[in-house]
Amino acid sequence: MQEHTQLTQKEINRDLLSGVLGMPKWWLGLVTLLTLVFLAGVGAFGWMLNQGVGVTGLNRPAMWGFFMVNFVFWIGISHAGIMISAILRLSQAEWRRPVTRAAEVLTVFSLTAALMAAPLVHVGRPWRAVLWVFPYDFARGIWPNIRSPFIWDPSAVGTYLIASTLFVFVALLPDMAILRDRTQGLVSKTYGIMCLGWRGTPRQWKLQAVAGILLSALVLPVFVSVHSIVSWDFATQIGVEGWHSTIFAPYFIIGAIHSGVSAVVMVMALMVWLWKWDLYLTKDHFDAIGRLLIVVATTWFFFFFLEWVFALYTLEKPEIVLRELQVFQWPYIFLFIVFLMTAFFIPVPLWLFKNVRRSVKWMFWTTVLVNIGMWLERFLIISPSLLRKTPMTFNWGTYHPSIVEILMVAATFAWVGLGMLLFAKVFPLIPLFDIKEAMVVKDEIKIGRRTVPATIRE
Amino acid sequence: MALRSVVGLFTDEDVAADALDALKTEGYETNEYEILTGTPYPEGTFGEAEPVHKLYRWPLIGAISGFIIGIVLTTGTQLAYPLVTGGKPILGIPPMVIITYEGTMLGAIIFTVIGIVLESRLPRIFMGAYDTRITEGYIGITVTADQDRVGKAEDVLKQAGAEEVKRGWEAS
Repeated sequence: MQEHTQLTQKEINRDLLSGVLGMPKWWLGLVTLLTLVFLAGVGAFGWMLNQGVGVTGLNRPAMWGFFMVNFVFWIGISHAGIMISAILRLSQAEWRRPVTRAAEVLTVFSLTAALMAAPLVHVGRPWRAVLWVFPYDFARGIWPNIRSPFIWDPSAVGTYLIASTLFVFVALLPDMAILRDRTQGLVSKTYGIMCLGWRGTPRQWKLQAVAGILLSALVLPVFVSVHSIVSWDFATQIGVEGWHSTIFAPYFIIGAIHSGVSAVVMVMALMVWLWKWDLYLTKDHFDAIGRLLIVVATTWFFFFFLEWVFALYTLEKPEIVLRELQVFQWPYIFLFIVFLMTAFFIPVPLWLFKNVRRSVKWMFWTTVLVNIGMWLERFLIISPSLLRKTPMTFNWGTYHPSIVEILMVAATFAWVGLGMLLFAKVFPLIPLFDIKEAMVVKDEIKIGRRTVPATIRE
Repeated sequence: MALRSVVGLFTDEDVAADALDALKTEGYETNEYEILTGTPYPEGTFGEAEPVHKLYRWPLIGAISGFIIGIVLTTGTQLAYPLVTGGKPILGIPPMVIITYEGTMLGAIIFTVIGIVLESRLPRIFMGAYDTRITEGYIGITVTADQDRVGKAEDVLKQAGAEEVKRGWEAS
């Protein structure tokens, strides 16, 4: 890290609490817009509840469509937060400091979006999802079928949501104490209760540091399990071509990291543009995460390539028919080309250039492309596989998403944006104590004729 | 006997460390004074004793509890309604491993967070002597003792170079 500006604690409080203690001009407008989009989705959901799932494009044999694509997509996005936060904490990477909180919060809201997409919307009658998941019927002795992947999913996603929420909460304690001290009256009292009476003793700081490392170490295995289990929703079904691959779990995980880290870059860019935090999120941060993205994207592409090799090597007719549909037939040929270009062939060569990695604008738009591509990747895995005859179905079919599905998908994007904005109005999106610690342990040292920033570490 | 507390505010780390030494010289015990800062400093910056904790026990207890609940839930529910599905065994190991694994991790994480809160001596209802400027860069040294000793501590902190000394209350 070459850029370093020494700031006082007062300056850090002023800069990073500006969004909480004041209201940026754009905030209300953006929140209103996202609320309207979200409400449109809620309206579409209400219409679907009233009319039945017939108002969607789902029909035999394509019973999984946009909702499931969206579920897998948001689970993928949720992986970035914890991945970035946990791995960078464990490796004590200095550039993690301004990034971790936003990434963790993104995890929490994208997980709720995933839950909205699958159990709430996809099942058609959401109240029944509760009955499938929880042990409920003591009188008749009917219990959830734990052999079903649809029980594994809620157990994994639920664990991940609770873990990531607690992770955010623990790291928020010192910052809520700062807010308690900077506000008055009922607001101050509320922050006081939420921070549990934090005072900043050496014991509390030590435990905060240990907590960061311990929780990171505990959350990482959960993060790996969640997308593995999501991939097994597909891979354990013997009847559907294209979902059999034995590398589905790692392939899904690396895909999740690819889209998730890209989403973190998008959030970082928005933080620079909307809150003007360019002093905290510098070009060095974008450069560092850009380098990470090159490695992640290339690994993901390797898995993608392997998945295709394994599929074609069998020379099974149904598999070949499916792959032909995915790659050569309209509109999938168009989607496949867009997917490959946006997920890999446009962004990765661009990230090889230092000027691109150090440009907020370039990084934002290339990562937007990645997420378009990765959403299409999930669509191309899920949808075409159901359209061709399999041992369990009797006919070929087509799938056209209805406006109801499109609105509900849009609502999940609005929900995540809205959640992030509302969170940023109540809590700081950059951990203040972490930035302040960086100011304490950073200094400049002179080596020969150069003066370079350095970090002191025990 | 009701305890009283006092906080001295410092701006310089060295002066704060000297003030802590002065308190030690005057015979104050380590459980009577505390350093309060708005940012984590490296351990021992102010010559304070290294905090000892038992946090590492918590995830272990949580993991064992979660594991047991996972096993009981997966075996118990399947044995309670032994419906053979697809010719598979009633107690299928792979799905049991998945649910039990998640239960173990969930238990470990929840207990870790409980451990962090309790080992940090939180929640704290009485703030005692405190100043909001601590989260703005000031270093606070609090002394919590009976009435007489707090008065003496006030003098020690002032002599050591505290910019301001404030009184506060503690629970008895």
